[in-house]
Amino acid sequence: MPQRTPLHDDHVRLGARMVEFAGWEMPVQYAGILEEHAAVRAAVGIFDVSHMGEVVLRGPGALAALQGAFTNDLSRAADGQAQYGCLCREDGGIVDDVVVYRRGPDDLLVCVNASNRTKDFEWLAAHAGGAEVRNESDEWGQIALQGPRAAATLQPLCDVPLAGIGTYRFRPGKVAGIECLVARTGYTGEDGFELFFRPDRASRLWSALLDAGQPAGILPCGLGARDSLRLEMAYRLYGSDMDDGTTPLEAGLGWVVKFDKGDFVGREALLRQREQGLARKLVGFQVAGPGIARHGHAVVQDGRPVGIVTSGTRSPSLRTSIGLAYLPPALAAEGTSFTVDIRGRPVPATVVKTPFYTHPAPERETP
Amino acid sequence: MNVPEDLAYTREHEWARRKGSRVVVGITDFAQDQLGDVVYVELPAVGDEVKRGESFGVVESTKAVSELFAPVSGTVVEVNDPLVEAPEAVNEDPYEEGWMIVIEPSEPRQLEDLLTSAAYAGLLAEQD
Repeated sequence: MPQRTPLHDDHVRLGARMVEFAGWEMPVQYAGILEEHAAVRAAVGIFDVSHMGEVVLRGPGALAALQGAFTNDLSRAADGQAQYGCLCREDGGIVDDVVVYRRGPDDLLVCVNASNRTKDFEWLAAHAGGAEVRNESDEWGQIALQGPRAAATLQPLCDVPLAGIGTYRFRPGKVAGIECLVARTGYTGEDGFELFFRPDRASRLWSALLDAGQPAGILPCGLGARDSLRLEMAYRLYGSDMDDGTTPLEAGLGWVVKFDKGDFVGREALLRQREQGLARKLVGFQVAGPGIARHGHAVVQDGRPVGIVTSGTRSPSLRTSIGLAYLPPALAAEGTSFTVDIRGRPVPATVVKTPFYTHPAPERETP
Repeated sequence: MNVPEDLAYTREHEWARRKGSRVVVGITDFAQDQLGDVVYVELPAVGDEVKRGESFGVVESTKAVSELFAPVSGTVVEVNDPLVEAPEAVNEDPYEEGWMIVIEPSEPRQLEDLLTSAAYAGLLAEQD
């Protein structure tokens, strides 16, 4: 039996189509993926992301312990700041990509992918040193409010000035009277917030946000829109674009690997890989012919497979077929053409700059 | 779910409509609803041969890829080319604007093996 989030009944009441994802029964869509996608790009959308996990490190050794298991440099993050990065194995393979919310040097909340809740907890517990590590995944609900109208929707309900919360910053606050961690983070490329709260408050918070967003044209959004929105930004999806067998350098996440910060699990292997050069790189591509490249389709050159598509969809914003693929470095430069085997049909594609989508004009509203 | 009485159906959710000696083919209201927003349709060319129960094309939504199965064997004599540019017609009007191909059947009696609207509606009821 798949697990259910505290908002399951709300989704059913809203007419969502429920699917199983990473062991969870989740809404894939309500009104329709294209409509939901457009609402987030132009106005505001609300997502239940309670399936995401939370692992918390506490105690005097917390910062040092996580620094030793995380590729990015948390000493460069202030208290109240969030930071994206990877947990890596000794061989450099990615255990998970996570966002760390630094509440203090002795209180770090790690937001992990739903499919990796247990794996990450066990991994972090094994690398805890003297820190206390708790799997609090079942103790948190999570709602994402995303889009250019997100701040205007949230502010009337929220007792902290959102103008004071910069991108990738967070602070505790009350939303509709409910204690939350209010974070200016997300997975859509739009301005927006992720709220962390006690799961028994989920339904009340969800309804309050939906009501407050009515004037802005808020839509509840499912995993379908979440996927097309993140892919337009070329945000990687664990399990599709990367896993234990790929490294952050191969996955194009070298910018979150800080070799100069001191030792961390995987550093030696990643240094070696950087010196020896990569055998493959994850790049963004656009399909030139008709058809949609999908996860698992082969990249072909001169009749032999040289790479693999890891994500692909028709971009609702750009109206073209886009995707991510692992390619040999010789084919990975922008503008390089290659062929994708779409169900036996060779379709031309070109390596393009990412993100695929950039906002037409900065429409971020104050607050 | 709309199941027009004058059509015949496959278990894979295609519909077939007699038009003289020929057969117009598309996917049902149920199928388009299950798929969600259709963003791409891949159809055969005029002159291609199709075989009953075998794939003649693909319809894709943002999330899913679904094969199209021929309700009868025969030759493709017409293709709804505008669907390539406007695949949303499959969602908006699956039984008219969203038609996919017209087949000249090689074995017209195969039409009699298809499901009636009542039988197809019963199949849908079982799936609920």
